[in-house]
Amino acid sequence: MSAPATDLVASVRSGTERARDVVEARLADIEARDPELHAFLLVLADDARVAADAVDAAVAVGDDPGPLAGVPVVLKDNLCVRGTPTTCGSRILDGWRPPYTATVVDRIKQAGGIVLGKTNLDEFAMGSSTENSAFGPTRNPHDPSRVPGGSSGGSAAAVAAGFGLLGLGSDTGGSIRQPAALCGVVGVKPTYGMVSRYGLVAFASSLDQIGPFATTVEDAARLLDVIAGPDPFDSTCIADAPPMLEPMLRDGVAGLRIGIVEELTDVDGVQPEVRAAVEAAAAALEAAGASVERVSVPSTVYGLSAYYLIAPAEASSNLARYDGVRYGLRVDAEDVATMNAATRAAGFGTEVKRRIMLGTYALSAGYYDAYYGQAQRIRTLIIRDLARVYESRDVLLSPTSPTVAFEVGAKTADPLSMYLSDVCTIPTNLAGHAAMSVPWGTGAASLPVGVQVLAPALGEAVMFRVAQALEEAAP
Amino acid sequence: MTEYRPTIGLEVHCELSTATKLFCGCPNEFGAEPNTNICPVCLGLPGSLPVLNATAVEFALRLAEALSFTVPERSIFARKNYFYPDMPKDYQVSQYEAPILTDGVLDVGGTTIRIERAHLEEDTGKSQHIGGGGRIHGADHSLIDYNRAGVPLMEIVSRPDITSAEQARGYATELRAVLLAIGVSDVKMEEGSMRVDANVSVRPVGDTGELGTKVEVKNMNSIRSLGRAIDHEIERQVAALESSERIVQETRHWDEADGTTHGMRNKEGSSDYRYFPEPDLLPVAPTEEQRAQVRDSRPELPAAKRARLVAEWGLAEHDARVLVDVPYLADYAQAAVATLSGGTPKDVANWCTGEVLAYLNESGLSPEVLPLAPDGLAELVGLVADGTLSRSLAKDVLDEALREPKRPKQIIEERGLAQVSDEGELAAVIDAVIDANADTVESYRSGDDKARKKKRGFLMGEAMKATKGQGNPQLLNRLLDDRLA
Amino acid sequence: MARLARLALTPEEVERLTGELGVILDHAGDVSALDLGDVEPTAHPLPLVNVLRADEVRPTLDRDEVLAAAPDAEDGRFRVPRILDAP
Repeated sequence: MSAPATDLVASVRSGTERARDVVEARLADIEARDPELHAFLLVLADDARVAADAVDAAVAVGDDPGPLAGVPVVLKDNLCVRGTPTTCGSRILDGWRPPYTATVVDRIKQAGGIVLGKTNLDEFAMGSSTENSAFGPTRNPHDPSRVPGGSSGGSAAAVAAGFGLLGLGSDTGGSIRQPAALCGVVGVKPTYGMVSRYGLVAFASSLDQIGPFATTVEDAARLLDVIAGPDPFDSTCIADAPPMLEPMLRDGVAGLRIGIVEELTDVDGVQPEVRAAVEAAAAALEAAGASVERVSVPSTVYGLSAYYLIAPAEASSNLARYDGVRYGLRVDAEDVATMNAATRAAGFGTEVKRRIMLGTYALSAGYYDAYYGQAQRIRTLIIRDLARVYESRDVLLSPTSPTVAFEVGAKTADPLSMYLSDVCTIPTNLAGHAAMSVPWGTGAASLPVGVQVLAPALGEAVMFRVAQALEEAAP
Repeated sequence: MTEYRPTIGLEVHCELSTATKLFCGCPNEFGAEPNTNICPVCLGLPGSLPVLNATAVEFALRLAEALSFTVPERSIFARKNYFYPDMPKDYQVSQYEAPILTDGVLDVGGTTIRIERAHLEEDTGKSQHIGGGGRIHGADHSLIDYNRAGVPLMEIVSRPDITSAEQARGYATELRAVLLAIGVSDVKMEEGSMRVDANVSVRPVGDTGELGTKVEVKNMNSIRSLGRAIDHEIERQVAALESSERIVQETRHWDEADGTTHGMRNKEGSSDYRYFPEPDLLPVAPTEEQRAQVRDSRPELPAAKRARLVAEWGLAEHDARVLVDVPYLADYAQAAVATLSGGTPKDVANWCTGEVLAYLNESGLSPEVLPLAPDGLAELVGLVADGTLSRSLAKDVLDEALREPKRPKQIIEERGLAQVSDEGELAAVIDAVIDANADTVESYRSGDDKARKKKRGFLMGEAMKATKGQGNPQLLNRLLDDRLA
Repeated sequence: MARLARLALTPEEVERLTGELGVILDHAGDVSALDLGDVEPTAHPLPLVNVLRADEVRPTLDRDEVLAAAPDAEDGRFRVPRILDAP
């Protein structure tokens, strides 16, 4: 079974393929097809050429160009790259060039990866469809009248369309996994603390994680191996280096115990073909030697409510810094407080404003305990419930998204209906665990379906093993 | 008329003298060019994250050791959310429900003042207001420098145990001396590395119920100012209550120039800081090992230093107190004593608490930047001890040495001030004076006690004049008496 | 609330947001109603403590690069319109 990125590295290292040729082909493809899809906010053509030439030069003199040598990579535009515009999909940062680069981006570059550009996202990562971008939505490559999911819709679409072989997104409530499912690619949210957040523009600090997009499980493992690991610039990044995932991928699933999460799979909002995919995936694992049971994680039903209190609360604080003083947009006024308010009114979109208000409310005096405080207790319950389940199960299965890709504009009128897209993915963020979406065929109208594999904190190895087995068995 | 008793609590913010800021590796230094000590973290750039400075934690543990604080097993950082241009993130990382230290005590002149808590937090940037005479009100615009943003602060909050402005000054002075002794801050109020705010309320003597409405008073730039401001605020509150006015709970700004407090413009709505635990930082759990290390390297605290100076140098308690209370003065004196070749430590101490201190107060300088190095003072003391300088001349020399970077010996040479103690030379002077003032000598010999005293004084004066004040007074006196006998 | 969040909202926005937030909070109300008195809140998914760094100087940013991004700067500092109230 081929893994495009991994295979490309081998070719580039052996001199069979030139990184520069690959980049030129990708850039031409982007020029031809991205105007319709709008996966990119910024294509870094010159930088990509320079980086590709450097890889080819290293190969020519016999130096090791790195484990991502020559692979075209796309970055969600909430990752800082020094000197390069980073917008977070928002007018309030339009034109801002960070004076520093995110740790994960440095690691990709040092590994020989070629950054093709910055991809579109829901503004400040708030959304499930990429329709909240201030610069227009991204379209799903499988059906451009539909959304790619969100908030990392641009990266998911770019990888699905073949513009890049690997992508980075961020996942706070499902923002990597859900677009991966809707676009038919692999998307991983690592254990909280596995990957450094330094240089990721924060949305909800206790929930955010950066993770890989790829077309195959093996490629995703390769990218995660490169970006994961301790970083002294991030206090919440685990200090111990994690074990490499690639070597363990094909260990198989014989003897593993799988649990299908009832509360996430058997609910009303899940489309029949999505539920069917989860059942079929479970059957495939059983056939490969795993045991499958249904399990109950009762507190997950409160996950959505807890998430929509915690995430906006942290976001309202994280986004306070956008005040027109030091960078980004400024709308002038006679006094600074008026300037702040006018700048933020003009610079933030509707969903961002909504969440800032919600978050401010959840933290305010008199309401803190009933809202934010309670939500943090729900978190504890979810962690406990999952811990109990993981005593008898190794990994869990559920849908990634309750539905396949919906039409652009279908859910924008009702924020709550949009929030429901995250019901299967949110518990993982609240618990700080790992989860990933693996494509499992298509459903109605040939739209991709994704199956979610969930693992306990630091359970990446067993999670990837199960994902690899699923990929091999997928229709 | 009712008599009122004040209740005072003090909040001290002290900048820690770590090499770097609290959450990043930017230099922690005063007076650098604006916006040159900044990085993504202390500037709060999108995507930046804080990492806690281990030395700041150690400094907190030193304070715990010195003032008998309880160190809770775990403390956490919290975000204090409010908008202000000198705040890069528009929230301040501080500590709220779980501070690093609780329940300390400070002995102020025999009275124990309880300290409720001490916690770590980051400092803000500095704003300069342009166009309104430097004040906020009436300014046209402001300029912000973020060098100070992220500098580590320790906020130390006393319980309202303080009962007078004088005691407040004593508390601030002693706390300042402790902070200096344990090496956690340079406590320069004039540079803002130590700031004191006061909470003041009054209630009728004998009242044991609720405390009166408390008013916060800010902007006192010295300990003396602190005392004046508190005294004024007490008076103001008493006068208000006596006129049946209510005290408004507010923050008032001390104005040193006109000696009053001013209410600050009412903010629209009270501040709701929406504190919540800082998700980007993990809890701090000081280990027993860390605490033991701090305990083992415990420095000499002010009380012990005062006792030692009294015992070893024979100082009066008051003088020992002055030496220890004035930041760096005891160090200066000790450095001088270390190089003494003539004279006593008590001599050094006397000069320090006398003329040197007077100059420090006049110039606003700190002892470590005096042009006269400690060994220079030691030199002066030696010159007086060996008779080269009379005490009054030494005062003169010291005056110049304090202001110019010149050694006492150099000044003496330049001004030809060496005290003359050559007996032959002085005898000649006496002879000359006697010869030139025959009638006075006559009056002396024939006068009564009162007249003799007066005439003798005149002759001594002439002798001193003739030696330009450098004549050794004891010698001159003896020689004069010999001649007059 | 808008003042606390420094958001200048139009009256229409205020009305719409109030409605939307109301609906969301109603749903979240099922959370507030729960009796979770003896459950500890989780602030961090990670059971870590004491993440510290040595007190050592690291490179700072170049002031020109930083001020180049500023909407308004003067004299090496960030310039803002008048501040009406002290914090």
